[in-house]
Amino acid sequence: MSILVLIVPLALLLGLFFVGAFWWGLRRGQYEDLESPKHRMLLEKD
Amino acid sequence: MSTSTGVINTEKFDHKYDDEIVKYFLMATIIWAGVALLLGIYAALELANYKFNLGLQWLTFGRIRPLHTNAAIFAFGGNGIFAGIYHSSQRLLKTRLFSDKLSWFHFWGWQLIILAAAITLPLGLTQGKEYHELEWPINIAVAIVWIAFGINLLQTIRRRKEPHIYVALWFYIATFVTIALLYVVNSIEIPVSWFNSYPVYAGVQDALVQWWYGHNAVAFFLTTPFLGLMYYYIPKAVNKPVYSYRLSVVHFWSLVFIYIWAGPHHLLNTALPEWAQTLGVIFSVMLWIPSWGGMINGLMTLRGSWDKVKTDPILKFLATGTIFYGMSTFEGPLLSLKSVNEVAHYSDWIIAHVHGGALGWNGFILFGMVYYLVPRLWKTELYNKSLAETHFWLGTIGIVIYIVSMWTAGIAQSMMLNAVDATGHLVYPDFVQTVVRIVPLYYVRSLGGLMYFVGYLLMVYNVVKTIKGAPVALAASAKREEANPVLKLDTQALVQESISEGPHRVLEGFPMVMTVLAVAAVLVGTMIELIPMITSTNAQSEEFAAFKVKPLTSLQLAGRDIYVREGCYLCHSQMIRTTVGDVLRYGPASETADSMYDHPFQWGSKRTGPDLARVGGKYPDLWHVRHLLNPRDIVPQSIMPTYSWLLEQKLDLGTIERRFSVLKMLGVPYSDEDVKNAAENAKKDSIAIAEDLVKQGGPQGLENKEITALVAYLQSLGKQTEKR
Ligand code: HEC
Repeated sequence: MSILVLIVPLALLLGLFFVGAFWWGLRRGQYEDLESPKHRMLLEKD
Repeated sequence: MSTSTGVINTEKFDHKYDDEIVKYFLMATIIWAGVALLLGIYAALELANYKFNLGLQWLTFGRIRPLHTNAAIFAFGGNGIFAGIYHSSQRLLKTRLFSDKLSWFHFWGWQLIILAAAITLPLGLTQGKEYHELEWPINIAVAIVWIAFGINLLQTIRRRKEPHIYVALWFYIATFVTIALLYVVNSIEIPVSWFNSYPVYAGVQDALVQWWYGHNAVAFFLTTPFLGLMYYYIPKAVNKPVYSYRLSVVHFWSLVFIYIWAGPHHLLNTALPEWAQTLGVIFSVMLWIPSWGGMINGLMTLRGSWDKVKTDPILKFLATGTIFYGMSTFEGPLLSLKSVNEVAHYSDWIIAHVHGGALGWNGFILFGMVYYLVPRLWKTELYNKSLAETHFWLGTIGIVIYIVSMWTAGIAQSMMLNAVDATGHLVYPDFVQTVVRIVPLYYVRSLGGLMYFVGYLLMVYNVVKTIKGAPVALAASAKREEANPVLKLDTQALVQESISEGPHRVLEGFPMVMTVLAVAAVLVGTMIELIPMITSTNAQSEEFAAFKVKPLTSLQLAGRDIYVREGCYLCHSQMIRTTVGDVLRYGPASETADSMYDHPFQWGSKRTGPDLARVGGKYPDLWHVRHLLNPRDIVPQSIMPTYSWLLEQKLDLGTIERRFSVLKMLGVPYSDEDVKNAAENAKKDSIAIAEDLVKQGGPQGLENKEITALVAYLQSLGKQTEKR
């Protein structure tokens, strides 16, 4: 099962990437307001 | 980053979106949908009656089936998500796509890849890994085009004129990143020639990589992008905000962290180590909760609008698609339970499961999107609403017929295969006895598919009429201009409010909880995967050490390549599970050692015919020749195709030395002598088999014909491994 030496770190890397993305989102205030985005996306006409 | 300007002064910004590219992807979606569906019906009919292949090797089930799955997933599904992603992203980000050149490169590149698939797959040029059949030059093309798509998407996001990244976009990003990684890892192969290669992984390792990829192709190609589309088009179509935005964000992050670990559920009760199986089960069951959260979120968006759903075909498709998402994500975890899996795996139940997902969830979301987009992009009204309504009902009934017939076929056949009488013997020792019983259901399934296809044709007609009837510019769009003024005011107030509350909200409540959970999930995943791995690596090599495994001879290897070319693995498994039924029917459960030199592994995923892991020596050579020439000469009720060309076509040994040396490089214990003499040895063995066949009363002149290689390979199955 030495293949796990490849797959597991890769899956973890992917996980870390998403943790990073999440962290980035937090830092940029992406999740400060979880109410208005859903209304705003409706404003676009088509 | 400024948070407020983008919202209130939307008019200030450049609104010239690139809708041309969306139109092209949309048209490609519609065209390839037809191809994928027709191929599906055709493959279904071939299972009901082999004669539908017209005796042509390019049309046999083993070659049509990969064409069907690739067309459905990558041509229909792929073009559909690209159309939706490019359309919705521009609007969500309030900016034009990053680069027109990249967009068009993406479009034409993708169509060329599909064309290459349509040519190579019927020719039998395949890697023999499901949903990853395309050969290495096409793999490279896919990777390049995919990266072009990713750059285009990410750069568009970077240049957005709207500060917030709506949840749909997160789903798109995850799609790009994850598929890129999975695809590349599963594509690591060593070329033998332009259209032939061997994966670097073998046996159980290849199985794990393949299903890590395979499962996540479902997760990140057929689920996350479609969820993004759901979170965009349902609110847009009903003109109401998503029920809970917070829930949609939780849905996204939990899926992203859990999905990647669920792959081993495709290999339950096999030679895969027990702990890896258990891990797959746990994560699969965990997936159920966020998935249903997402489904409920999508459906609750329609609360109070059910009267609209009744009259609007767009909403009907989107809502029903979402319900099918719920069904598939409930069935999935259920199928991951080992006891359920024992019955369902290798059976038509799985076929029912994937078609619930593909036809119900993917298909309906895309059809809903087509009905939404065509009138808007061509600035007109839909030609005929009741035709779309009919499409919906034909589609829905078609899916139900399909699913119910395949559930029945799968469960019935598995029950028969596993039935043991009081004396401990199989009630149905002949595999074909169980096949005969479900053949009528194969026709019923084709009927379901046909209904779905007829519905699709109505859509094509409707779309063509809509586009043809579209005036240059029409008042239709003007109607939509009157966006809800009350809503607008509300939103502005809300935005102001959230801005004034400021950043200390980050430190409390929801986001913190999410971070902690996310990190915890990753850490737990690490522990569960890594600790047993470290301990089992030794155990595993001990297990290999307990066996002496002979690598295939050059003739057997040439036969194996023919086995892969003909797609025998799409009807036959080579993996005797540890279950009672399997062991009684096929012999001792397969060991990981049995396939340790198999590049690629041939465990299979569906048993339309019996398992072949230990078929070597079960019958004389002549039996196999006659069986392949016409299975019905030996088993009158067989549904296996004829392979008469194998008796005529000359065995191609042109690359056999190279094939040997590639495998040697990958760790198969061939000596330099073996490599050097590969072609000669193969010829010698082929002549010996041919002479023997004549002695047994078989046909003359089979030396150096493909059939001798395939028979040599079949006779090797289960014979290569010896306990030390
Ligand atoms: C459409 C599905 C299908 C395909 C494709 C297919 N088979 Fe079969 N095969 C069957 C069925 C059903 C049976 C059981 C009835 C029979 O023995 O013919 C069977 C039986 C067999 C058996 C006898 C197994 C036993 O234990 O009795 C062998 C050997 C075999 N197939 C080899 C092949 C090879 C080699 C290929 C590829 C060239 C192939 N099959 C392709 C459906 C298929």
